Amino acid sequence: MRIIRNGAICEDRFVHVADGVALPETGDVIVSLDRYRELRAALQKRAGQVGVRLRSDQEATLVAPYLAELALVAIEFPGFKDGCGYSTARLLRERFGFRGEVRAVGDVMRDQLFYMQRCGFNAFELKAGKNIEDALNAFKEYSVTYQGAADEPRPLFRRR
Amino acid sequence: MYQYDEEDQRIVEERAQQFRGQVDRRFSGEIAEVEFKPLRLQNGIYMQLHAYMLRVAIPYGTLSSQQLRKLAHIARVYDKSYGHFTTRQNLQYNWPKLDDLPKILAELATVQMHAIQTSGNCVRNVTSDHFAGVARDELEDPRPWAELIRQWSTFHPEFAALPRKFKIAVSSTPDTDRTAVRFHDVGVRLVENAAGKRGFEVLVGGGMGRTPQIAEVIGKFVERQDLLSYLEAVLRVYNLHGRRDNIYKARIKILVSALGVEEFRALVEAEWEQIKGGPLQLTPAEIARVQAHFAAPAYQQLTAADAVLAGLKLGKNRELGRFVQNNTTPHKQPGYVAVTISLKEKGTPPGDLSDYQMDRVADLAERYGFGELRVTHTQNLVLPDVQVSQLPALHAELVELGLGTANANKVTDLIACPGLDYCALANARSIPVAMELMARFEDIDYQNDLGELSLKISGCINACGHHHVGNIGILGIDKQGQEFYQLALGGSPGHDASIAEVVGRAFPRSEIVGAVEKVLSRYLTLRASPEETFLDVVRQKGLGPFQEVLYPATQRQEAVHADH
Ligand code: SF4
Repeated sequence: MRIIRNGAICEDRFVHVADGVALPETGDVIVSLDRYRELRAALQKRAGQVGVRLRSDQEATLVAPYLAELALVAIEFPGFKDGCGYSTARLLRERFGFRGEVRAVGDVMRDQLFYMQRCGFNAFELKAGKNIEDALNAFKEYSVTYQGAADEPRPLFRRR
Repeated sequence: MYQYDEEDQRIVEERAQQFRGQVDRRFSGEIAEVEFKPLRLQNGIYMQLHAYMLRVAIPYGTLSSQQLRKLAHIARVYDKSYGHFTTRQNLQYNWPKLDDLPKILAELATVQMHAIQTSGNCVRNVTSDHFAGVARDELEDPRPWAELIRQWSTFHPEFAALPRKFKIAVSSTPDTDRTAVRFHDVGVRLVENAAGKRGFEVLVGGGMGRTPQIAEVIGKFVERQDLLSYLEAVLRVYNLHGRRDNIYKARIKILVSALGVEEFRALVEAEWEQIKGGPLQLTPAEIARVQAHFAAPAYQQLTAADAVLAGLKLGKNRELGRFVQNNTTPHKQPGYVAVTISLKEKGTPPGDLSDYQMDRVADLAERYGFGELRVTHTQNLVLPDVQVSQLPALHAELVELGLGTANANKVTDLIACPGLDYCALANARSIPVAMELMARFEDIDYQNDLGELSLKISGCINACGHHHVGNIGILGIDKQGQEFYQLALGGSPGHDASIAEVVGRAFPRSEIVGAVEKVLSRYLTLRASPEETFLDVVRQKGLGPFQEVLYPATQRQEAVHADH
């Protein structure tokens, strides 16, 4: 699958592994937080990188103890009206200093990308059927922002 | 007032361009209506019963004459030659075409206006006192703080999809309140502590709607430089913990009630600890920069005109006398008053103004002031800086425009939501009831006899007409396809906040105006002296004496419980 990572379109290396489905022998995987807790030791020994997928109601503090072991945290957007994940991403970046990939998954569309990027997301799985090339334009829609966020800690009044 | 610099300007221009693109993608079918909806909502565009509706932001109700002329132009070119001022100090157009909306946003941007966050589940247009900067009873002008909140909340990336809409009001008057600060998701009150230091009291969880609630204090004294970090902490707690499973339980007031105010405060304090003193801390330079935009205009040094005012009030020209009596407010600057232009003239829906009237009022704002106007949450306009000596001339011009109605804060200065004439959510019409009430109680001497009195009408439980806080509140309900109206008494949005109580069984459309009349007559017989306001009497005597005149004895027993 093609995703947007760091402002460019690329082929995704990670595979989402649903709970109850066997892990592939090799390769990079994304699992739920519960699964990660359950298989933590095995996953660390396994070849391939690991990412954890948070539901929108799972807070950043829950995954915080494992961040040093993770290449990626994926945050679910069950609908574009559920903006919980924006706060979660900011906390991962700004409070817990996570440097790995923060990926938006689920109901992710062009018009949320600008906000998501500001909150610390750097990878995006676009909703199926949406034009991924066109979505890249979203990052350029605004040249001025008032607030500080994960992308730029200083609010405009400290940059004016 | 605040003037955009290059960066503020770029934001509203880029918004207009972005929306053009979104509309194009909607027309090309690339995005479906369900996906387009949140995008247009963030631009203040609703789908009403008959057409789209555009809600234009008028931040904290301050407007320039040039901006008002642009609003007139838009009404003329893209709409049906009128606009509607709302209870949130905004302006609505009821008939724009989708294809024209990007053009309208571009036109607005040319006068530093926009429709950003006037709808949708985000921080809405911030509101404040319509007499800010000129009122004698304020601590200081609250608008610089409202502007700082506006900038912080505009396209805030973290709070773009909150559980529900979020309204913030800012007030700065210690002993009174013209902003309904206790009925907002967050109320910010500028206060002075015992040491004479200024800061903010922050209230949270107020609101109207289905579950009306008076806000509670969570921040007793937040220092000035910490205002934005404190608000960010409140919003973050709400965004993470507010309910998203039930639209009726999603407002912050529900979260505050569920957790209890102590627990909610503890969460906010813990979050605030982490960000307080960080980059969001306001700098003295930024506070001064924004305050400088609200510096007092070049007033003439006049002598106090209290005697002149008193003379006008009692003078031979009774129409002028009543106008001066009811529609002027004392001013900080000697020789000046603030003048309320009532948009509740008989025969026009409350809050409506034609393109012609807008243009002319813009002229008046320049000739009788410094080109600035205010929009009140009671759906009126204010000329904030009028010289007392010019009141007769101004009044004559207003009368000529059909805007000389001398009913400010009187019973016909009522608030009404758009109701079933426009609104897709309505149960009943509001505007015809409002217009019948205005006609019935037209006599200004009768209104003056009644004294200060607020009447507020909503067409459904969403309470856009603020009926919960009316001294008299009317709520439209639907009973088997018929319009009925519930009557409630004793609400107040102000310092002495209270929620109106329902008197009993609802009245059909044909009887509601008569019921209000009975209530008013009863009040006149109940009060001990004209100094006792309607609200005083309801608070002292309760609903009983009013129920006696509204319901025959046989019905009374059941009536008390009927509609709760
Ligand atoms: S109160 Fe109800 S009817 Fe009136 S405008 Fe609001 S949603 Fe519509």
